[in-house]
Amino acid sequence: MKTAEASVLYDAPGPRARRLTVVTSVVVGALLAYALYAWVYQPLADKGQFTHEKWGALVDPSDENFPLVWQRLGIGFRNTLTAAALSIVASVVLGTALAVLRFRLADVARGPRPRLGAAGRRPAFGRVPVVLRYWCERALGLVTRVFVEFFRGIPVLITIFFTARILPEYGVRLSPLYFLVIGLTLYNMVVIGEILRSGMANLPRGQKEAADAIGLSPLQTIVSILLPQSYRVMLPALISQVVVVLKDTSLGFVISYEEVLRIGGQIIQSLSNPIQVYIVIAVIYILINYLISRLAVYVQRRVARGRKTPPGAVVPRVAVPDTAPGVGAAV
Amino acid sequence: MRKLMTVAAAAVFALGAAGCGSSDSGGSNPTVDSGAKFAAGSTMEKLNKAQKITIGTKFDQPLFGLKGLDGKPKGFDVEIGKIVAAKLGIPADKIEWVETPSKVREDSIQQGKVDLVVATYTIKDERKQKVDFAGPYYIAGQDIMVKKGDTSITGPDSFKDGTKKVCSVTGSTPAAEIRKHVKDVAGQLVLFDVYSKCADALKNGQVDAVTTDNVILLGLVDQSKDAFALVGKPFTEEPYGIGLKKGDDAFRTFVNDTLEAAAKDGSYEKAWKDTAGAVDPETPTLPTIDRY
Amino acid sequence: MHVLVDNAGTFAHGLYVTLQLCLLAGIGALVIGTVLAAMRISPVPPLRWLGTAYVTVVRNTPLTIVFFVAAFALPQIGVGADFLKIPLLEQVFVRLGTDLPFFRLAVVALAVYTAAFVCEALRAGVNAVQPGQAEAGRSLGLTFLQNLRLIVLPQAGQATAVPLGSVIIAMIKNSALAGIFGVAGDLMQTSDDLSSLGQATVPIFIGVSVGYLILTVPLGLLLDHVERRQAVSR
Repeated sequence: MKTAEASVLYDAPGPRARRLTVVTSVVVGALLAYALYAWVYQPLADKGQFTHEKWGALVDPSDENFPLVWQRLGIGFRNTLTAAALSIVASVVLGTALAVLRFRLADVARGPRPRLGAAGRRPAFGRVPVVLRYWCERALGLVTRVFVEFFRGIPVLITIFFTARILPEYGVRLSPLYFLVIGLTLYNMVVIGEILRSGMANLPRGQKEAADAIGLSPLQTIVSILLPQSYRVMLPALISQVVVVLKDTSLGFVISYEEVLRIGGQIIQSLSNPIQVYIVIAVIYILINYLISRLAVYVQRRVARGRKTPPGAVVPRVAVPDTAPGVGAAV
Repeated sequence: MRKLMTVAAAAVFALGAAGCGSSDSGGSNPTVDSGAKFAAGSTMEKLNKAQKITIGTKFDQPLFGLKGLDGKPKGFDVEIGKIVAAKLGIPADKIEWVETPSKVREDSIQQGKVDLVVATYTIKDERKQKVDFAGPYYIAGQDIMVKKGDTSITGPDSFKDGTKKVCSVTGSTPAAEIRKHVKDVAGQLVLFDVYSKCADALKNGQVDAVTTDNVILLGLVDQSKDAFALVGKPFTEEPYGIGLKKGDDAFRTFVNDTLEAAAKDGSYEKAWKDTAGAVDPETPTLPTIDRY
Repeated sequence: MHVLVDNAGTFAHGLYVTLQLCLLAGIGALVIGTVLAAMRISPVPPLRWLGTAYVTVVRNTPLTIVFFVAAFALPQIGVGADFLKIPLLEQVFVRLGTDLPFFRLAVVALAVYTAAFVCEALRAGVNAVQPGQAEAGRSLGLTFLQNLRLIVLPQAGQATAVPLGSVIIAMIKNSALAGIFGVAGDLMQTSDDLSSLGQATVPIFIGVSVGYLILTVPLGLLLDHVERRQAVSR
């Protein structure tokens, strides 16, 4: 098996190296198999974790509880997917808005600072609105920055937990689903916003200059020139974020949202087989997320192939789409 | 996709339905008072007209409120809730059950998320600042559960020397109570969000004891297939009440009357026998209602 | 707001416990992650497969499940993470030495989970080194280890710094879950406890947020700084 990473470190192996590899592989493989047997299989078997009593309701269709268990798990996964889907849509929409706003405000901050009067002249009060607007935009820039740093810096668990506790104190009456969605969105919109913003910031300068030259307004430039390209470049990172959201819906258990893990917990109450139930739920999670990760890798290859402009080689801190979908501030 | 799964599940269910009848234990349905009439503007009238009531209970409390494999909660609290609903003219299948873990019970009532809370809810003066209680409908007492055969723990004072570890649930009365008896809180007291985790911790030997109301512990003992045992000396008195919105005295009186009527017509006894009676066959008598 | 002032000490203590947890888990994650990365780039296929399997499984599993397994399933097969009771270390980190195993189990859960991401960050760094660099090293007659030490790793280190930092920040935030799984007195559990005692919620939220921000924001700013410097040097 020739892997990409091997090529950095070794030359193509010769006959002696290949023999050595085969021998070591066999030895190491045997050792690993024994380790798995002794440290994982044996202790579990000793505790009777492979009995039909523990697994039957999950894997044996003729077990009387099988249909009930899977119906409950089905409901759980539907709830998980509902929460994840709502959160993703909300996060992308709000994240885009945030990215556009912050990009525009950063532009303002970089631009010239309007003054009431040029040096030596008396203040021209007709310019007051311009100056005022400038400083309002600077202030807004600061506010959005604090917002981003705040929600990026605290655990999403805290966001969810306190969303569900604080909002009702101010008269917001919602079901746990929406508190979970709000909590997840507050975090993920910030992350997605930053992904898109750095995507725009790292596009070649010529894009923006050309747009300016043909007379597009700053907002037009962002919306019709920069944003679409940013989506394209950052698509893998955005897809990876879907995995993160899907995994984080499991935090809904702190606010009694009946996602799949919570329902798993209830099933365990009836069947007392925690290890088995968690294994089954984990396997399903892994399958779904693995497929999404593959999709991210595939899309990334497509994007990389189709890229006309030289790769900027700039990877924003919030996402590391180059090699590892899912790695980033949003683990 | 889901449709397919449901269809498949239904097919499998039909095949194996022969053995399924017994799994539905304790799901009795009290007679619905369909002709019930209530004063205009009262909570009772409102609920009766809507033909819907939202009741908060626990979903992980064996014998009192435990969500079964069929997705329906079962237990003594659930049956009490059904009795009240029936008196309001609402059949059991029109009740919306909401999970109310210990720490959100007051909030859920105050915020109007639920009309009633029947969730092993101890009547307490500080809770009465925020909500009102009908009942009590049962009197429990805090006890300690240990591994079967462990005689080293004899009561709350066994935690005073600072070695034995004890588990309870965040925001619950028993957790506050046991704090008084524990020498080193950080090193001895473990708090989870639900009691089932405490039971796991006891099973694994991570803690030496679990403390809460005896009836809750009984449920855990029952589930453990006799791996656990109770110390058997309750050291507090915990009257369980039905939580409802503060100031709704008419509703409170109505629920109190309903409880007394249920004790008379035998539905209270039946509720116990169908649920907690499986472990504790001694049916309690309804305590004197506290009409404060 | 007086809740915040009254409980400043409690929050400070929570911050201290969270810091200890993150320090230990961070070290564990770096060690395990490095071993995994070495496995994934090793010439022995079974090791590569195991490394890949580990990363795939852990990275696609919700941390909540990892915590469930660590807190309840591991002890069922007799693991109380007692191997973390290292004599000198448990004097410094008192929680390691206590009989309550949840702190140790949380360290294990966080380390095991974060290690998969550490591995990927490291591997990405090694992959970022141009193949020509190592080839040049080999043609100069450097041995495998010399090549790794002198040519590949120094360059990989640069490309690794920022992703690795992001992983650590994520881990600090993930540590909040420990408070739900029996670790008493960390920031999350402290806030949970205070709010269930009926204290005003908003000040508690502010308090616990500040606690986490103290840990994450400086690290984030440092990474931004490094990132900008790297961008300039390219």
